Amino acid sequence: MIKPADFSRFLTTVALLASSLAAHAQLSIEITGAGANRYPVAIATFENEGALPRSVTEVVRGDLERSGLFSLVEMGPTPVGESTTPDFAHLKYKGADAVAVGSVAAAEGGRLEVRFRLYDVQKQVSLGGMSFRTLPNQYRATGHRVADYIYEKLTGLPGVFATRIAYVQKIGSRYELQIADADGQNAQTALASREPIISPAWSPDGGRLAYVSFEAKKPVVYVHTLATGTRQVAANFRGSNSAPAWSPDGNRLAVVLTKDGQSQIYSLNADGSGVQRLASSSGIDTEPAWSADGQWIYFTSDRGGSPQVYRIPSSGGDAQRVTFEGSYNVTPRPSSDGKSLAYITRNNGRFQVAVMDLASRQSAVLTDSNRDESPSFAPNGRMILYATESGGRGVLAAVSVDGRVKQRLSGQAGDVREPAWGPLPR
Amino acid sequence: MRTTLIASALLAALVAGCSSTPMSDSTSGASVEDRGAGSGSVARVEAGQPGGTGIAALKDPKNILSKRDVFFDFDSYTIRDEAKPLVEAHARFLVANPTMKVLIQGNADERGSREYNLALGQKRADAVKKALVLLGAKDGQIESVSLGEEKPRCTASTEDCYAQNRRGEILYSGEF
Repeated sequence: MIKPADFSRFLTTVALLASSLAAHAQLSIEITGAGANRYPVAIATFENEGALPRSVTEVVRGDLERSGLFSLVEMGPTPVGESTTPDFAHLKYKGADAVAVGSVAAAEGGRLEVRFRLYDVQKQVSLGGMSFRTLPNQYRATGHRVADYIYEKLTGLPGVFATRIAYVQKIGSRYELQIADADGQNAQTALASREPIISPAWSPDGGRLAYVSFEAKKPVVYVHTLATGTRQVAANFRGSNSAPAWSPDGNRLAVVLTKDGQSQIYSLNADGSGVQRLASSSGIDTEPAWSADGQWIYFTSDRGGSPQVYRIPSSGGDAQRVTFEGSYNVTPRPSSDGKSLAYITRNNGRFQVAVMDLASRQSAVLTDSNRDESPSFAPNGRMILYATESGGRGVLAAVSVDGRVKQRLSGQAGDVREPAWGPLPR
Repeated sequence: MRTTLIASALLAALVAGCSSTPMSDSTSGASVEDRGAGSGSVARVEAGQPGGTGIAALKDPKNILSKRDVFFDFDSYTIRDEAKPLVEAHARFLVANPTMKVLIQGNADERGSREYNLALGQKRADAVKKALVLLGAKDGQIESVSLGEEKPRCTASTEDCYAQNRRGEILYSGEF
């Protein structure tokens, strides 16, 4: 019997050959800065993980280590099974505060069961455990779920290792909208075009992407269902159509249209019906983003003479200015907990990622680079993914909201830009 | 081709299957494949291929109508004096050929936000459109759109390049 994964890999190969494209490189994450107090955790090699094509333990360890919040305590190569009580005295001596042990066992239907348990080393108690039934080739997805569980138990925040990211890769004159796992692996092309693609935005359920494609020689907003490849024009009015943003309930899109003059913000249904104007100004209004509670729409406007961040009630009303320092503050992106706002600020000619605490209105610049763009919060609000430039090429990078943890995701070829971090898997 | 790919993707999703198994331990959760089959698979789409036919009169290099670029100063949306003969020639052509339509693509240099630059490019395209309408072309003949910083003519990060990229470009029916 042909294995499902082999079959889908075969189909992918057919698609790639059919479009005569070379296989594209995966992104790889490199950690360039870590948290000050990393939590020491030991991940024992899972018993019998040789049944999987590659090590699931290494996926879990890699996720936790790249998060910048954990330091891995060496456990040695000897596997420790899920039902084995760990050697707490030895772990304490090694400096581990928590330990995970696990096993892989055969289950029916060619599946494998991956079970693990997490322990508090100091208190010598179980913090819980889980089991997944999985196809062998799904070992990476399984590892991300295990890492998410450990991350949440130890930090109190949901893990984002099993989430996905979207970004645009430009190779030569080709543009590809790609969907990859949050660690940059498993990249798949959702759309390939000879014309630019910008501003991908995930629907709240993670099933659709809105984006701007220039394939009609002008910017048009599409809504694209990822599983089927079905595309729908959401906004193709006279003039330019751009900057899509989903409402938190997934029912409406905010977009920027020029059908009535300058770039202004409207909302509409995903099928393009029900157009309403949301704000009016004599200047440029663009880059709308809904707050997670749906109450506000943050946006960029040059109504005061320079581009600054403003917000309006989503039900309509007067705009309030949000940023005041400097002459260029753009691309506001509120966090999912509603507490902070990421945006791009220009500092002495350098474009950098900043974050504002919305309660105190205090801002901090988080990066030291020159060409940062397109910030996007992780769904747990802890990291901000953005596009930047390194060695003359577009790369993606991520920074924690406290500025300490820094990661870079780069491919082997081409420019990578326009990242958007997807929602938590349901 | 596209239908085939979609069908293949659907098939792949079906074959990949999606079974949820109960958790044996202290916490419950979905099985990993739930993600792989439902929202996990991504079908590939090829966007439209280039096409279009030319119009001989507009392509004659000796004719000013073959010149299509209107350049702008930094942070400016004013048509420079040197570009006025070109804009006037296109306005005359549109007046003489009322069924002819044009697309004006505005462009910006690469510095700063892509979406904000898209709005700046729109202002440049609008400036060219406004001039053509003032010179007698009909509003319905002209669509002004922006390509923002996405289609630079020159890709180095230099002032010379930035100047070449701050432009409006006039395209006639069949050219876009």
